[in-house]
Amino acid sequence: MRGLASNRIAQLVIVLVGVSMVVFFTMRVLPGDVAQLLLGERATAEDLARIRQQLGLDQPIWIQYLQFAANALRGDLGMSIRTHHPAMDEVLTAFPVTLQLTLAALALSVIVGIPLGAIASLRPGGPFDNAVMVLTLMGASVPVFWLGLMALLLFGGILNWLPIGGIMPVGLDVPRVTGMTVVDSLISGRADLVAASLRYLVLPAVTLGSITVAIITRMTRSEMLGAAMLDHVRTARAKGLREFLVVWRHVLRNAMLPVVTVVGLQAGLLLSGAVLTETIFALPGLGRLMVDSILNRDYPVVEAGAMFIALIFVLVNLLVDLSYGMLDPRIRRE
Amino acid sequence: MSDEAGIVTVPLAPSALRTVLRGWPARVGLLITIVFLLLALLAPLVAPYDPFDQDFSATLAVPSWAHPFGTDGYGRDMLSRVCFGTRSALAAVLVAVGLALAAGTTMGLVAGFFGGHTDDALMRLVDVMLAFPYLLLALIIVAALGPGLTNSMIAIGIVYTPRYARLMRSQVLAVRTTDYVSAAICVGANELRIMLRHVLPNSFSPILVMATLQSGSVVVETAGLSFLGLGAQPPSPDWGALLADGQSFFLSAWWIATFPGLAIFVVVLGFNLLGDALRDYYDPRRRKLVG
Repeated sequence: MRGLASNRIAQLVIVLVGVSMVVFFTMRVLPGDVAQLLLGERATAEDLARIRQQLGLDQPIWIQYLQFAANALRGDLGMSIRTHHPAMDEVLTAFPVTLQLTLAALALSVIVGIPLGAIASLRPGGPFDNAVMVLTLMGASVPVFWLGLMALLLFGGILNWLPIGGIMPVGLDVPRVTGMTVVDSLISGRADLVAASLRYLVLPAVTLGSITVAIITRMTRSEMLGAAMLDHVRTARAKGLREFLVVWRHVLRNAMLPVVTVVGLQAGLLLSGAVLTETIFALPGLGRLMVDSILNRDYPVVEAGAMFIALIFVLVNLLVDLSYGMLDPRIRRE
Repeated sequence: MSDEAGIVTVPLAPSALRTVLRGWPARVGLLITIVFLLLALLAPLVAPYDPFDQDFSATLAVPSWAHPFGTDGYGRDMLSRVCFGTRSALAAVLVAVGLALAAGTTMGLVAGFFGGHTDDALMRLVDVMLAFPYLLLALIIVAALGPGLTNSMIAIGIVYTPRYARLMRSQVLAVRTTDYVSAAICVGANELRIMLRHVLPNSFSPILVMATLQSGSVVVETAGLSFLGLGAQPPSPDWGALLADGQSFFLSAWWIATFPGLAIFVVVLGFNLLGDALRDYYDPRRRKLVG
C-alpha cells in the first residue's frame, strides 16, 4: 500500500510539472502584448519597456517559465490585471463557492443515484427499471446550462418557490469563516441564515447533480447486475438466505467498489459543470471567475485558476486511486 | 455516457449494424441522427425565414402559426435560427471529433506500435492533458486562441484527443501480438505499411464507438462554450449562443432559451442512444446484462 502511494505521488509531481508547463506556455501564446494590456493603449514605449523588464517578459521563455514555476511553488501567481489583488487571493476567495456547489451536487448524486440504481437492478427489464433507465438516459443527455435555465424559469419565475440566482438575499450577510454559505450559516447558529443559504443552493446543486445522478444510477445498476451473477451470490441463495440479506451483504457490497471510484471520478465533470452552473445562477465561484478573466484577458487569474483547479483535480484522482487500494484487498496486497 | 468501449478487434460489418439496430433505442438514435444531418444539410429549404432577418414589428413574439418557436428580441424567427443552428452543431461534431480522432489515433498508434521512450513520452503528455477537467482545458485553449466558433471546436477537439490516444494505444497493444502482424513482420513488410494496413483497420471499431458516444458531448460542450460567450458570437444562430441570448429574456420570453436547448437535448439523446447500442454490442459483458 505504501509503495502504491509513493508511486502515485511521484507520478503526481510529474503531472503537476506538465500541468504548469501547459498553463504557462498556452497563456504565453495569447494574442496581444501583456505589457500593453497592463498599462493600456496610451502607454509610452519607455513605460512598456520598463514593465516588460519588471515582469521579466524580456527574458528568454524558459527563464520566464522557471521564474513562473518558482513563484507558483510559493503560491505567488502574479497580480490580477483587473482588480490589482494577488491572483491567488481571487481564486481562493471564489473557490469555497464552487466547493460547496460541487459537494452538494455530489452528495445528491450519491443519495439519489445509489438507491435508485440498486432498486432498478432488482427487477431488470421491469417497469421501475425501464423508467429509471429512460430517466437516466435523459439526465445524461440534458445540457446543464439548459436544465438550469428551465429550472429557474419553473421554480423561480412561474412558481416563485426559489430565488432566481445569487448566493444569499440582499442585505443578509453571513459572517465569513469558510466561505461556504451553508457551513458559515451553521457556524453562526442562525436558523434564518441556514434556511436562506439552503434555498439559494437547491437549484444550482440539483442542476449540477443531474448528470452525475444519471451516471451513478446507471453504474450502480450495471455493477449490481454483474455482482448478482457471481457464484457466491448463487450459493447464498441456495443456502436459503433471505433475499434482502443476499442483496445487502453479497451483491451491494461487491458492486460498491467500482461505484465508489466512479463517484470520485465525477470531480472533473462537476468542476466543468460548475463553470456553466455558476454562470446561470450568478454564483461568484471559481468557474465564473475563470470565464470573466478570459473575457477580460486577466491572464494571471486564468493561470492561477487553472493551476489551482488542476491541482485539486489531480489530488482528488490520487485520493480515489488510494481509496480503491484501501477498499480492495487484492490491490492492497500488490 | 462516455466511458471507453472495451477492447475488441472486430470490424464493424453490415451484419453487425443490423444486430445493433435490432433494439428500439438504437433505431430511435439513428433516426434522430439522420434527421439532424438532413436538417443541417437542408436548413435553407426547411427554415421558413432567413435566420438573420429582423422584424421589429414582431419582436419577442410568442409561438404562433407564423412563428412556431416565437421570435427573439430583434424579431428573428426562432424556428429558422434553431434549424440553422444544426449547421454549427454538425460542424462542431465534424471538426472536434475529426481532430480528436486524427490526432488521438495517430498518437495512440505510434505509442502502442513503437513502445519504449516514444510510448512513455506520448503517454505522459496524455496524462498531463487528462489532469485538467474537460471544460477547464477547453477554457485555457480558447483563452489562448481567442473566443470564436472555430477556436472553440479546435479546443474541444484537443480536449478529447488524449481519450482517443489511450484507447487506440490499448487496441494496438492487443493487435500487435496477433499472428497476422507477426506474419507481416516476417515477410519483411515495413513498419508504416504494417501500421496502416494491418494494425489500424483492426483497431478502429471501438474508436468509432467512442466517436459516436462523444459526438453528443461535443455538441453540448461547444454549445456550452458559446453560452459562456467564448464560442460562436452573436448574431450567429449557434444553439449555445441562442441560449445565452435567451437567458437575458428567460422570465419574459421563455421560448428563446427553451427551443435551442430542446434541440441540443434531442440531438445528444440521439447520439447517446446510438452510441450505447454500439457499445453494448461490442462489450459482451454489457450485452449479457442488457439482453
